[in-house]
Amino acid sequence: MQYRPEFEAALRVCSACNYHDRMDAAERIALLLDEPKSFIEIDADITAADPIEFVRPSGSYMDRVGKARALTNRNEAIVCGTGLLNERRVALGVMEFGFIAGSMGSATGEKITRLFEMARRDLLPVITVTSSGGARQDEGLFALMQMARTTAAAARLREVQIPHICVMADPTLAGVTASFAATADIIIGEPGATIRFAGSRVVKGTIRRRSDVEDHTSEWVQQHGMLDLVLARQELRDTLAQLITHLAPVGHTRNLKPKTQPATTPKPN
Amino acid sequence: MLDFEDDLNEIRDRIEQLDRKALQNPNSGVTQELSVLRLELEARTADVYSNLTPWQRVQLARHQERPHTLDYIDRLFPDFVELHGDRRFGDDPSVVAGLASFDNISVVVVGHQKGRTTAENLERNFGMARPEGFRKALRIFGLAETFNRPVFTFLDTPGASPTLEDEERGQSWAIAENMGTLARLRVPVITTVIGEGGSGGALALGIGDRVLMMEHSIYSVASPEAAAAIVWRDSKYAEKAAAALRLTSADLLHAGLIDRVVPEPEGGAHRDHNAAAENLGEELRTTLKELRKQDIDTLVESRYDKYREMGEFAHHETSATG
Repeated sequence: MQYRPEFEAALRVCSACNYHDRMDAAERIALLLDEPKSFIEIDADITAADPIEFVRPSGSYMDRVGKARALTNRNEAIVCGTGLLNERRVALGVMEFGFIAGSMGSATGEKITRLFEMARRDLLPVITVTSSGGARQDEGLFALMQMARTTAAAARLREVQIPHICVMADPTLAGVTASFAATADIIIGEPGATIRFAGSRVVKGTIRRRSDVEDHTSEWVQQHGMLDLVLARQELRDTLAQLITHLAPVGHTRNLKPKTQPATTPKPN
Repeated sequence: MLDFEDDLNEIRDRIEQLDRKALQNPNSGVTQELSVLRLELEARTADVYSNLTPWQRVQLARHQERPHTLDYIDRLFPDFVELHGDRRFGDDPSVVAGLASFDNISVVVVGHQKGRTTAENLERNFGMARPEGFRKALRIFGLAETFNRPVFTFLDTPGASPTLEDEERGQSWAIAENMGTLARLRVPVITTVIGEGGSGGALALGIGDRVLMMEHSIYSVASPEAAAAIVWRDSKYAEKAAAALRLTSADLLHAGLIDRVVPEPEGGAHRDHNAAAENLGEELRTTLKELRKQDIDTLVESRYDKYREMGEFAHHETSATG
């Protein structure tokens, strides 16, 4: 048994069982950067449109977006910007699972693509933290195409030797696993995070087979050779700093002034 | 057979009967009735096919007699030599790949391959590629780049194979790597959805300078069954999902997500493979000529710009909080 203040001080990791509880984007940013206030958010105003006028039994897509905004105080399922990690400015994109299960729609894809393009222009190493149910069905093929454009933008980073490190947090699924996340130069899993291509409902609904393993965890995925590291949350910042020092272009990126817009935090009206 | 084709098939049967009768007895006087029936068939076919529901289109896109990748290769790509294996793990028969001739030059062809019979479908895994299938494709894309040969890909899959073994061998990693490679491949890439374009499994072979769709093919973020399982929590709502997803060629052309729709012969490609292939061949020839005029740096950057524009989003007011 652990009390909330202790649990939060321990980075939402259970002291008894090492369970890594989900973090929201703000907590994640505070975890990864030297100082949360070094974070300069970009594109906070970008939000979902309704390209195919999708309606679920539970309501319209735009209703869902409105609820997600109210719940998370964000306009989209990812928060992007720059911040200082070990005194080096890095580009950082952190997915917000509370926003429609962190699913990737056009606006999400736009923000990720802009993040990669900014990093390419300003020569900043990139860290992404994924936590997502996959492509956002409510946008039909528009959502699928976000896999293409984010992966294309990530591929262009490699051409100019800008490192991309992806931290796969719980859960990292389907269209996000199988796009920009899996092409990262280094991929780190969080302990116990579910990481897989096909969710159990999809497996059951398509090939009429039960999902074979209950837990496609980081540890299982690493055993099969797909993750570089599985790191406890306490070790994450220091290891990321080390990796970036090893990979960042020499003399280019230290304390580069960002050429981006001033800090804004989205606040839905 | 498709139930919405029942009426048409009835007329077709009657035409066949009368044809036989006319053949046996040239003076039987059925000629006039025959020409009336032929006109009726034409009109009814046009009517049925111009009013297909999304779900009927899904069925049509999956029709087992529909031409598959190898049917198009037979008709459009002489000198095809199939190449096998990913040189990592195995050879996946749900993806076919190889070298061929097209319009008097050597090209690379890669596509999903479905079967017709149950036995064939089991062998081809219903066109659901495994990681080794995608990695075979990746190897052949590399070959195309090394030897500067244009790439044609054909999409026809309900989605990537989702079993435990596929997860073990890194299905997500295989798909992502293919997309990253295709997005930057330094040769022209022309991709055509010939049947079902399902999800990431389609996209893993489907990033190109031009994306064409056969008239009655579909292209979707997830198969209607998978989307129904995700959104309606049960795959039995596939029909509903098909309508909601806007997955037809006309919808997607209108949305600007594909470049061209290739017309199919009356009654669908499954009724006349040769005519379907002829239409497709003509589009592919025109498209390739267009792309080969561009220098490769421009081509690759235009490919990036093309996908860069795919998305509709809005701006929501924000207030600075420091």
